[in-house]
Amino acid sequence: MLKNRCLIDPADFTREEFREIFDLAHQIIADPEKYSKSCEGKILATLFYEPSTRTRFSFEAAMLRLGGKVIGFSEPNSSSTAKGESIADTLRTIECYADIAAMRHPKEGAPRMASHYIQMPLINAGDGGHQHPTQTLTDILTIERLRGGVENKTYGFCGDLKFGRTVHSLVKFLSNYEGVKFIFISPEELRVPEYIREEVVKKKGIPFQEVDQMEPYMGQLDFLYMTRVQRERFFNEEDYIRLKDRFILDTEKMTYARPDTYILHPLPRVNEISPEVDSDPRAQYFNQARNGMYVRMALICKLLGIY
Amino acid sequence: MLEINSIERGIVIDHIKAGYGMTVFKYLHLDNAEYNVALIMNAFSLKMGKKDIIKINEVIDINYDFLGLIDPNATVNIIENGKTVKKVKLEVPETVTNIIHCKNPRCVTSVEHYFDHVFHLVDKEKRSYRCEYCDDIVIPYPNK
Repeated sequence: MLKNRCLIDPADFTREEFREIFDLAHQIIADPEKYSKSCEGKILATLFYEPSTRTRFSFEAAMLRLGGKVIGFSEPNSSSTAKGESIADTLRTIECYADIAAMRHPKEGAPRMASHYIQMPLINAGDGGHQHPTQTLTDILTIERLRGGVENKTYGFCGDLKFGRTVHSLVKFLSNYEGVKFIFISPEELRVPEYIREEVVKKKGIPFQEVDQMEPYMGQLDFLYMTRVQRERFFNEEDYIRLKDRFILDTEKMTYARPDTYILHPLPRVNEISPEVDSDPRAQYFNQARNGMYVRMALICKLLGIY
Repeated sequence: MLEINSIERGIVIDHIKAGYGMTVFKYLHLDNAEYNVALIMNAFSLKMGKKDIIKINEVIDINYDFLGLIDPNATVNIIENGKTVKKVKLEVPETVTNIIHCKNPRCVTSVEHYFDHVFHLVDKEKRSYRCEYCDDIVIPYPNK
């Protein structure tokens, strides 16, 4: 039963519960009109303490396409946070007005903490370099639509794996499935955090490699998940500049990939994927963005107890 | 040979890993105690080589989670009328609340200060813990 639950971390839901969400998302894609009044009379609050374009728009578009309404703020200076209000107080107040909320915050664990203070369903829309579970829903829906399922596949993750919250959430999710293998491609300084390597990947006995080259491993991959090196996660600008151009996927590198290897990216992209790769049918990152809206529609419906 | 008299009524925390006696002493605020207390550091131990011991001439509330976190092999003896009436077996706690704080500068606990600091056990042998909020892993009291 997903009604009134919070999605803060992929570990919050079981495989079966995620299945319910994906099944509904597939149904919405097949007939979006059928769901266009599902959330009439309901209000989604989007609480974005950190800038975002696609995730906020995706949530808002999802609610509007379900017939619901949206309130919220897109940067903390336009909220009571600027007056020094605590996260807990903001959430307790918003709960008086909205039926469900999506929250993004630069500090890791902020949505988890906030969820302890409210009764309404809360969705983590990204917390610092930590987790981004609805991007994972987006990624999984895309993988399912491209290849039927997530099991028995090799996933490459490339770029900033240390602060890349989308990577952390996706690895956590995929670790629950049989036959998955991971190849982590990154500079040594940007490898996956210890809690992901030790507590998730090693604990679940998943075969993995940590490497610092892309080309030799491209042929093994079913999916290559590219990520941006995020300037906002570095305390030191010099480190950012040194690492930001380390891995760039271009048409030359794509020649090492199999015909059925798909390229995913949570977006926004800076320069880690050359624009000429966009026309390659294996580049699926803009389809991901569309799927993101549909899977958020499904998630909102489930958490509100509709369907 | 240093001699510390036995106590009539109180608590003896024995077999503390050498070097952690002062940490326990301070955590229990024994430096401000108005009753007799003794901290013995680097006492000889057949089993451990060196150990720390704390004797408290009063029965006080002790946070056993904290002691288990520091050293689950320490022993706590409750003394009445000069005799040990109870031995408390310590365990590595599964969850600790407001004993250790997260040092990750990106963690929400670094900016909001009104809620509990909660850590969950990851590895019993290493006594490593994971922050409830940011998942950062810490070993608060490593084996010396």
